[in-house]
Amino acid sequence: MATNNTHPILTGAEILWATLVGEGVTTVFGYPGGAILPAYDALRKFPIHHVLTRHEQGAAHMADGYARASGKVGVAIATSGPGATNLVTGIATAMLDSIPIVCISGQVSSKVLGSDAFQEIDITGITLPITKHNFVATRAEEIAPMIREAFQIAASGRPGPVLVDITKDAQQGTATFNFDEAAPASYRPHPMLRAESTEMARAIELMRASTKPVILAGHGIIHSGAEREVLAFAERYQIPVATTLLGLGAFPASHPLALGMMGMHGESWVNHAIQQADLLLAFGMRFDDRVTGNLASYAPNAKKIHIEIDPSEINKNVKVDVALIGDLKEVLNTMEPLIHDRNYLADASTTKTTRAWLREIRSLKGDAAVRDIINLPDNGHLYAAHVINDIWQEAKAAGRLDKTIIATDVGQHQMWEAQYFKHEDTRTLITSGGLGTMGFALPAAIGAKIARPDCDVWCIAGDGGFQMTASELSTIQQECLHINVAVINNGFLGMVRQWQEAFYDKNYACSPILSPDFVKLADAHGIPGAHVTERKDVTPTVAKARTSPTAFVINFSVEKEDGVYPMIAPGAALHEMVRRPNPLIETAEDE
Amino acid sequence: MLHTFVALVDDKPGTLTRVASLFRRLNVNIVSLTVGESERDGISRMTIVCDAPEHAADRIRASLYKLETTRDVDELGRSEAVIRELCLIKVAAGPNSPHGQQSRSQIFELANVFRARVVDLAPESIMLEMTGAASKIEGLLQVLRESKFEVLEVSRTGRMAMRRGHHTGRVLKALGTKPDEEAPVAFPDRPVTDDLPNQFAEDEA
Ligand SMILES: Cc1ncc(C[n+]2csc(CCOP(=O)(O)OP(=O)(O)O)c2C)c(N)n1
Ligand SMILES: [Mg+2]
Repeated sequence: MATNNTHPILTGAEILWATLVGEGVTTVFGYPGGAILPAYDALRKFPIHHVLTRHEQGAAHMADGYARASGKVGVAIATSGPGATNLVTGIATAMLDSIPIVCISGQVSSKVLGSDAFQEIDITGITLPITKHNFVATRAEEIAPMIREAFQIAASGRPGPVLVDITKDAQQGTATFNFDEAAPASYRPHPMLRAESTEMARAIELMRASTKPVILAGHGIIHSGAEREVLAFAERYQIPVATTLLGLGAFPASHPLALGMMGMHGESWVNHAIQQADLLLAFGMRFDDRVTGNLASYAPNAKKIHIEIDPSEINKNVKVDVALIGDLKEVLNTMEPLIHDRNYLADASTTKTTRAWLREIRSLKGDAAVRDIINLPDNGHLYAAHVINDIWQEAKAAGRLDKTIIATDVGQHQMWEAQYFKHEDTRTLITSGGLGTMGFALPAAIGAKIARPDCDVWCIAGDGGFQMTASELSTIQQECLHINVAVINNGFLGMVRQWQEAFYDKNYACSPILSPDFVKLADAHGIPGAHVTERKDVTPTVAKARTSPTAFVINFSVEKEDGVYPMIAPGAALHEMVRRPNPLIETAEDE
Repeated sequence: MLHTFVALVDDKPGTLTRVASLFRRLNVNIVSLTVGESERDGISRMTIVCDAPEHAADRIRASLYKLETTRDVDELGRSEAVIRELCLIKVAAGPNSPHGQQSRSQIFELANVFRARVVDLAPESIMLEMTGAASKIEGLLQVLRESKFEVLEVSRTGRMAMRRGHHTGRVLKALGTKPDEEAPVAFPDRPVTDDLPNQFAEDEA
């Protein structure tokens, strides 16, 4: 290694890995090819484990799952052209859920850029709207500063994916490597990201005037690491907490103040509580259309306080009364002494009225529990809700709940997971919320298991979505990972079928789906598995999978035409929910 | 309604695409966009005039802030800023033009009234250069056309804007505005005054 004074002169490829090592990266997920080969050639000199995936989409989802499970930046790497375009779905998934990942793509040599050279694609152009930022490095000396800045951008503020496209000649060229000198300017929140004390005072006044407050707990709590602060805040002021899909786990589900998930498939009392509230405290959530229902009739009587790190989210969907722009944890910590100064709790009537409000919410539950499928007598059918409930119960009984991570795919099973697996701990649910990417679960589970080897990791996928990325079973075996897979097999693209049932006259166009025997498929990969068709077999098989020394695939043959309830039809108001049918839904087999 | 934004952005390849792409995503039409150097190295100044509903301004501004290449964004109203545009106009002025031999002297007169300059004289045409508010430029063009002159070519730069008085973008102020000073790369500690988050509420009031 030639050196220049104290700093070595390295190839761009070596600089890439050395910078990643400096950033604390131990694992990357990727797939090689021509334009990234110089980097792969240099990999063996560095203490980084490379997970060879079966598709670059898998690499991006694994980096994403790794980031969601650990809070660290995930790294995916691909070659130019098709390798880079295969990353796109994974990058978009991370973008819509604000997940910090850095994607590295090889690029043709800078001398032929723009000439439609073999496997040249304008990946920075393609990913411009789906990355937080992206870079092109055409010279070796640009690599270290760009990678370092990419890490900072990915993880700071509202996190998100960053792509660094590195030309082949930049990888082959040489430059002096100085990690410290390549550091970006230290991150300082933009001056716009600053909650004003006058605004805080207004927020506190609204809190004081409120008798029916609800906290809307979003993904931002997890990004900010504000779980403890939110819990303390809710407890101190006795404010009930409704959670978004991506906020599940940010507030313990069994807590007396936890209402549960809000929105399209939230429990009806949660949505009713929001509609009747006189104050909404939105903590790191963005009033997505899946949680508001019809905007015109959304929480009509409520004042709204929005604590959010991204100013462009303020007043985007819902007009708020007070916006506190900044990092949630910081804002809550700054607000706390101010609330205290204002003698908020000295007012005895405050606690009395919130107690009345909590009672009122409890009464909203009505007969919901009776209708709940979990509480209905066994009728010999296997329901997905039972399966998920039993996976949760099994983990709880084994004392492993805080060490169980669930990665779900997208569809009905995803909603049942959100309803029936009670997440007590942060970062225990990994799901694609914003983009709703089928095929996400299996690779995300792999990323999560690598980030948290101490945890039991379940991939819960539908028969449709599982087939989109099932090739990553091979990656599981290659990496000797113990990941449990539960395929919720209903023979349908279930969520599509449910919409066709509700809104398209049961015209099941292209929603029945044929599947291979998933247990045989697992077997072909050397992974043991089992079929489960009856409820009594669920728990023993789940326990067997959890305690197995290797990966395990369970095919749950569940009720085919089951529906996710409650449900809000598109365009309907949040309180106009379609309730669970009672008694059990009649299926074709019942007739 | 028309909104005028001034954005200070990193002078790097792709910055313009990022800004333009943002407006495309928001489905907002850009009326004019000027880009050029600013008083500091490595930072370009953009004046963006766009047509969007009144309430869209906050989101446009916040979205501009979100770009990693943006240093500061300001939204300017008419009264508080000097807004100028440069325009080149080529008018037919040969012997065969509608006003024949009289064309030139008449155009010189009009140019005088509008404080436009003659920058090129050719056998068949005259080129005028005019700087001013967009309405003045439109005024000259209208008079030329109404006087039956044949306007051959018009090239307008689009608007450039600068706040009146000592006011400078808060971020730039904090960065130090002297061009010869080394531009700090990070934002300084939070300034005491902040007019931004409050504006979301104030605009509505
Ligand atoms: C990549 C992708 N394609 C299409 C869709 C639309 N979509 C949403 S849910 C769904 C059905 C999923 O079926 P399955 O994986 O079997 O899960 P189930 O709903 O049956 O539990 C489809 C097709 C999507 N979300 N993602
Ligand atoms: Mg299915």
